Amino acid sequence: MLAKRIIPCLDIKDGQTVKGVNFVNLQQAGDPIALGKAYSEQGADELVYLDITASHEGRKTFTQLVSRIAEEINIPFTVGGGINELADVDCLLSAGADKVSINSAALRRPELIDEIARHFGSQVCVVAIDAKETDGQWRCYLNGGRVETERDLFDWALEANRRGAGEILFTSMNHDGVKQGFANTALSRLADELTIPVIASGGAGSMEHFRDAFTQGHADAALAASVFHFGEIGIRELKEYLKQQNITVRL
Amino acid sequence: MQVAIVKYNAGNIRSVLNALHRCGVEAVLTDDVETLMSADKVIFPGQGEARTTMTYLRQHRLDEVILGLRQPVLGICIGMQLLCRHSEEEDTDCLGVFDVDVVKFRPTRHEDKVPQMGWNTIGDLKSDLFKGLSKEEFVYFVHSFYAPLCDDTIATTNYVQPYSSALHRDNFYATQFHPEKSGAVGERIIRNFLEM
Repeated sequence: MLAKRIIPCLDIKDGQTVKGVNFVNLQQAGDPIALGKAYSEQGADELVYLDITASHEGRKTFTQLVSRIAEEINIPFTVGGGINELADVDCLLSAGADKVSINSAALRRPELIDEIARHFGSQVCVVAIDAKETDGQWRCYLNGGRVETERDLFDWALEANRRGAGEILFTSMNHDGVKQGFANTALSRLADELTIPVIASGGAGSMEHFRDAFTQGHADAALAASVFHFGEIGIRELKEYLKQQNITVRL
Repeated sequence: MQVAIVKYNAGNIRSVLNALHRCGVEAVLTDDVETLMSADKVIFPGQGEARTTMTYLRQHRLDEVILGLRQPVLGICIGMQLLCRHSEEEDTDCLGVFDVDVVKFRPTRHEDKVPQMGWNTIGDLKSDLFKGLSKEEFVYFVHSFYAPLCDDTIATTNYVQPYSSALHRDNFYATQFHPEKSGAVGERIIRNFLEM
């Protein structure tokens, strides 16, 4: 049976891993390659490296770091941040990334999804969506959660799916950093409506939260950062726990 | 040991070079006939679509070169599918080493998504390629098309239904999954191939 995936996310700024609480107050959490390797050895199923400042400052992504990651890491990894056009994708895939995650650029110009799918295949195209629920309405945000849009989460996710996205990485800004669990209601609606895998992001604080993202949120994978970076949850113990809860995981 | 990787228009070939490097082998990425023919091992990897990759192979006469190889060859992912007889993807005639036709997953349950993306187990292992592995190991898959079970099946995976996750005939070995992305298990499989 296909396993549910556990994905540590490494937010990168100036070549270092950082993780914000509710997208602000950045704290250092280590060297990206050493950390990625350690996670891989503990049983992480994939890694996500996000250049979190790239989109905001408009600078190009971190190709050199990607090449070094590809040399050292023997599990799949996704890179994102500041990808605006097909040439950026080509550059990162050539450097050895398995998938790219696009966010703001896709919201601004949805055709980018079609282009990536056509040139490189859907499997490399992860569409990341940062969304916040206000008065029962889930709105998508641009630029790492800094700019609100009129776009509805579910509507956008379905469009991304239709255009050829390979996966949706959904981050609930209401839940991110507060460690009270994932946005399971929204997640399950996404997972049930889309025909592609959904990665849950934002809100992991305990092992039970991961279980709930899979059982209640119907997520195909769950992503977290600080609980792993600061050693609050070990990946191996998390997977052993999930296995006890009858969730298929790779151990 | 000389290991050559077939250079063609498929994606994700660098990850195989990197994986071999981690195993202590510096492989060459080449479409040069002499280099491919004289290598001790040849790897035919990649991600891509059947028709465009097959057309490229024919145009560059690499189809004949691959079929003429006598040393151990390892096909990976689209490389495996191209070694089969035919692919339903764009109704493409392939190289025909393995006597099986590649078809698309047709799931009946919503939770079985296409492509299959992620870690699944390989079982019913019947080759030295899997020497040293325990009964059921997880490996990494990304694919929408699959080879059904057949006489050449050396590993079975269950997704939608049981299918061939690895094939073997004569000097040709092939995996649907990506050993180069399958952690320690994948590294063991690559080392096993290098020892063939």
